[in-house]
Amino acid sequence: MVHPSEILRPTDAGLYCPPGDFYVDPVRAVDRAVITHGHGDHARAGHSHVLATQETLAIMAERYGEDFAGNVQPAALNETISHNGVDISLHPAGHVLGSAQAAITYKGCRLVVSGDYKRRADATCARFEPVACDVFITEATFGLPVFRHPDDADEIAKLLQSLKTFPDRPHLVGAYALGKAQRVLTLIRAAGYDDPIYYHGAVAKLNALYQRHGIDLGTLIPVAEVEPETLNGKIIIAPPSALSDRWSRRTENPVTAFASGWMRVRARARQRGVSLPLIISDHADWDELTTTIEELHPEEVWVTHGREDALVHWAHSKGMNAQPLSIVGYDDDADE
Amino acid sequence: MKRFALLLDQLAYESQRNEKIRLLTTHFQEVPDPDRGYALAALTGTLDIAHAKPALLRGLIEERVDPVLFRMSYDYVGDMAETISLLWPDGDGDDAGLSLSEMITALNATSKAHMPARIANWLSALDTTGRWALIKLMTGGLRIGVSARLAKTAVAKLGALKINDIEEVWTGLEPPYESLFAWAEGAGAKPAIDRAAPFRPVMLAHPLDEKDQEKLEASDFLAEWKWDGIRVQAAGDGDTKRLYSRTGEDISHSFPDVLDAIQFEGAIDGELLIVREGTVAPFADLQKRLNRKRVTGALMESHPAGIIAYDLLLDGAHDLRPLPFEERRRRLEGWYQRNASDRFMLSTLVPFDTWDDLAAQRTAPADTGIEGLMLKRRDSIYEPGRPKGPWFKWKRDPYLIDAVLMRAQRGHGKRSSYYSDYTFGVWDDGVLVPVGKAYFGFTDEELKKIDKFVRERTVDRYGPVREVVHEPDDGLVLEVAFEGLNESTRHKSGVAMRFPRISQLRWDKPPHEADTIETLRALLPKS
Ligand SMILES: [Zn+2]
Ligand SMILES: [Zn+2]
Repeated sequence: MVHPSEILRPTDAGLYCPPGDFYVDPVRAVDRAVITHGHGDHARAGHSHVLATQETLAIMAERYGEDFAGNVQPAALNETISHNGVDISLHPAGHVLGSAQAAITYKGCRLVVSGDYKRRADATCARFEPVACDVFITEATFGLPVFRHPDDADEIAKLLQSLKTFPDRPHLVGAYALGKAQRVLTLIRAAGYDDPIYYHGAVAKLNALYQRHGIDLGTLIPVAEVEPETLNGKIIIAPPSALSDRWSRRTENPVTAFASGWMRVRARARQRGVSLPLIISDHADWDELTTTIEELHPEEVWVTHGREDALVHWAHSKGMNAQPLSIVGYDDDADE
Repeated sequence: MKRFALLLDQLAYESQRNEKIRLLTTHFQEVPDPDRGYALAALTGTLDIAHAKPALLRGLIEERVDPVLFRMSYDYVGDMAETISLLWPDGDGDDAGLSLSEMITALNATSKAHMPARIANWLSALDTTGRWALIKLMTGGLRIGVSARLAKTAVAKLGALKINDIEEVWTGLEPPYESLFAWAEGAGAKPAIDRAAPFRPVMLAHPLDEKDQEKLEASDFLAEWKWDGIRVQAAGDGDTKRLYSRTGEDISHSFPDVLDAIQFEGAIDGELLIVREGTVAPFADLQKRLNRKRVTGALMESHPAGIIAYDLLLDGAHDLRPLPFEERRRRLEGWYQRNASDRFMLSTLVPFDTWDDLAAQRTAPADTGIEGLMLKRRDSIYEPGRPKGPWFKWKRDPYLIDAVLMRAQRGHGKRSSYYSDYTFGVWDDGVLVPVGKAYFGFTDEELKKIDKFVRERTVDRYGPVREVVHEPDDGLVLEVAFEGLNESTRHKSGVAMRFPRISQLRWDKPPHEADTIETLRALLPKS
C-alpha cells in the first residue's frame, strides 16, 4: 500500500499532494489549491486554481475581490472530484459558513484534513460530519485540557444578564468578523433578544453575505448611523481589534465583552481589557478534539496548528500513532 | 464561599481602580460579619488559614489528570490555582454551600492527614470560579491586582473615614475586623490602639518628572541619597521594640540584632541595609536576611543589619509628624547624637544650590548601593500615603548593555501564546555566555516581530524552550536595561542583574558588536 506521506506532506507553502499536484490551504500563492474555509490564514488570494465550497468561494470574493484567483471550481459537500487519479471530496466541518474538511484518497488510502472544526451546533453552518480515514490531520487550536468550552447559551445569558445589571452602559462585544460575529448574533436572537443590534463597519459585508445565504440575524444597524446615546444599554458587535482602539471611545463607559475560546483563561481576557469574557468558540475544545480522534480511530493522527505537543502526547498515551506537522503560517489566534 | 469567589472573579477582570473600590465597598455593604471581615483579611494578607502546599495540590490533580498534560497546561496558563480549577473534573462532592468563615473554620480544624480528602471533596463540589478562589486562599497571595491599601480604602468608603485613619489603627486589629467595620459605618467608636509601638503609616515619594522639575524651586528642597535596601520603621515604646516594613508588616523576628539596638523611645523612618564596618553591602546580602522565621548568630555575624535614618516620626511621646521636614531633620540630628551606633547611621544631606548642581552629583553617587536621590520640601509635614508634591525620588538612570538573544520561551499568562521570555548573553572571549533572563517590555507589534523571529530562526528545541540562532553575524541584539549587578555563583557568567528588562530591539546591530562580559564586570560593586 502507498504510504500516506506520499499523498500529503508538509512543505514551506503548506500541505502538498504530490500525485495530485495541489496544496491544501497553502500559505502562499500556488498553482492549485483546495481551500477548507474562508479565514485569512487558510484562504489566501493569488492562486491560479481554487477548489472550495460555493460559500467559501463567495467569502473569498467578498474579502479579496472577484479576481482573487485565476479560476475557481465550486465543490458540493460530499461530492467526489477526481484529479490525476486522486479523489478529493469536501465534508462539513461545522466551523464557519462554507467550512469543510478535505478528504483525499489515493490508491485506497484516505487522508482527511480537518481544517478548523467544531462539533457543537451552529445555526450559521452545516454540522461536522465524521469521515472514516486512515490518517486524520487535525487542528489543535485548543489542544490543552484546560480548554473546555461551556454551553454557548449560558455564555449569551451572561451577556443578557449584564444588560440588565448595567442598563445604561453600551455592551461592546468583540467577535471575529467572519463566522463568530454572525454566530453570536444568531445566539442572541435564539435567546429571545429582539432589539436592534448595532455593528462596526468591519463586520458589515460579512453580515450581509450571511444574510444572503439565508441566515437570519434580525435587525442590524450600523453604529455610524446613530447618536452615541442611542447605544446605551444596547449590544454592539465589533471586530476584536476595535475593542481597544480609538473607535471604542465613541461609546461612553462601555461594558467590554469578547466572544472567544481564549476567554477561558483569565490572563487572555485581561490582556484585552475585557471585563465580560464570553467563552464562545468556533474551534473544537479539548473534549471535542479527543473524542473525534477516538471516534474516527485512524491509523495515524497528524496535528497541524495550535498546541500540537499536548494532543500528540495524549494520542500516544492512548496507544495511537501521532505526530506534529509543523506548518509555518497558520496563526492559531487569528480567527478566535 | 460563592459570594467571595464572585468578588475575586470580578476584581480579577476589573482593571479600573475606582471600579475595584466600588466592587469591594459593595461587598462590604452586602455581606454581614464575620464573612466580610475574613474577605478583608484575605485581601490584606492577614488571614490565618490552613495552607495547602503546591505539592499537595499538584498531587491531587495528578491523580485526576495526566501529569504531562497538567505541566503543559500550567505552562500555558501560568497560574497554579487557575490551572487546577480549569482541569479539575466536575463532580459532586459534599455541599460546598458553606460561607467563607465556615470554610475557614472547617479547614483550620482539619487534621493534616485529612486535608487532601477534604480539599478534593470541596474542589469537586465547587464550580470553576469557586475552585480557583479556594485554591488562591489556601496557597496564599491572591495576586488579583488588589493591594491591602486598596481594600482598606474600600472600607473607608463605607462611611466618611480616610484611608490613613484606618492605617493608623490597622496593626492593632485582627480579623474579622468587626470593630473596624462598625467604626467605618458610623455604628461604633474608633478602635483603641492598645498595642505598644504601633506602626505609623509611611510617607512615600513620587518619581520626579524632569519636566515638573523646571517648575520647582531648588531652594525649597533638601536632598539626600536614596539607598537600595528596604524601607523600614523602627519603634521603641517602653519595653516593646518593633521593626516594621513599609506596609506595616512586623519583621522584628528577622532582625533581632537591630531590635536589640533600639534603645530609644519613639519611631524612626529609615532604610534597612547590611552594613559591614560602615560600608553598605550589595542588596543580595540583605536578601539573605529577609523572610526568615529564625536567624542564626552566624548569619547575624556575617550579615550584620543596620538602618540609615531618614526621618524622626516620634521623639519620646512627642508626635513630630505635623512639623516641617526641616525641623524634623534638626531633631533627627539630635536623636542621632544620642543614638549613633553600628546599627544606626544618619542619612547625609546632599548640599546643592541649583538643580544642575544636584544633577551632576546624582550621576556620581558616593556608593554603588545608592539608587538615586530623594528630594523633600523643607516645609513638608509627614503625610502618610503618596501625596503629590512634597517628596520626589530622582533615580539614577538604568544601566544599559547590548546583549544577544540566545533562547526564548513562551510567556505565562497573557503572553502565553508568544515567545516572550528571553535569555540573552554577552561575549566572553568569542563565546556567548548567558547573563540574564527578561520578559518582554514593549508594544504588541514588536512582540509579534520578535516572536516571528524566534519561530523562524529556531536552531534547537528542548521542552518549551527554543534556542535561536546566535552567531557573530547572525542573530538578534537586545538592548537590556537593569538597575544593578551582583556577583553570583549560580550563574555561569558570575554576575546577576537586578530588574533586567528589554528596552529596545536592535535589528540594526550585528551580534558581534554586542557588549562583553568585561563591560559587565566593571559594574560590579567593589567589596
Ligand atoms: Zn478558521
Ligand atoms: Zn485555523
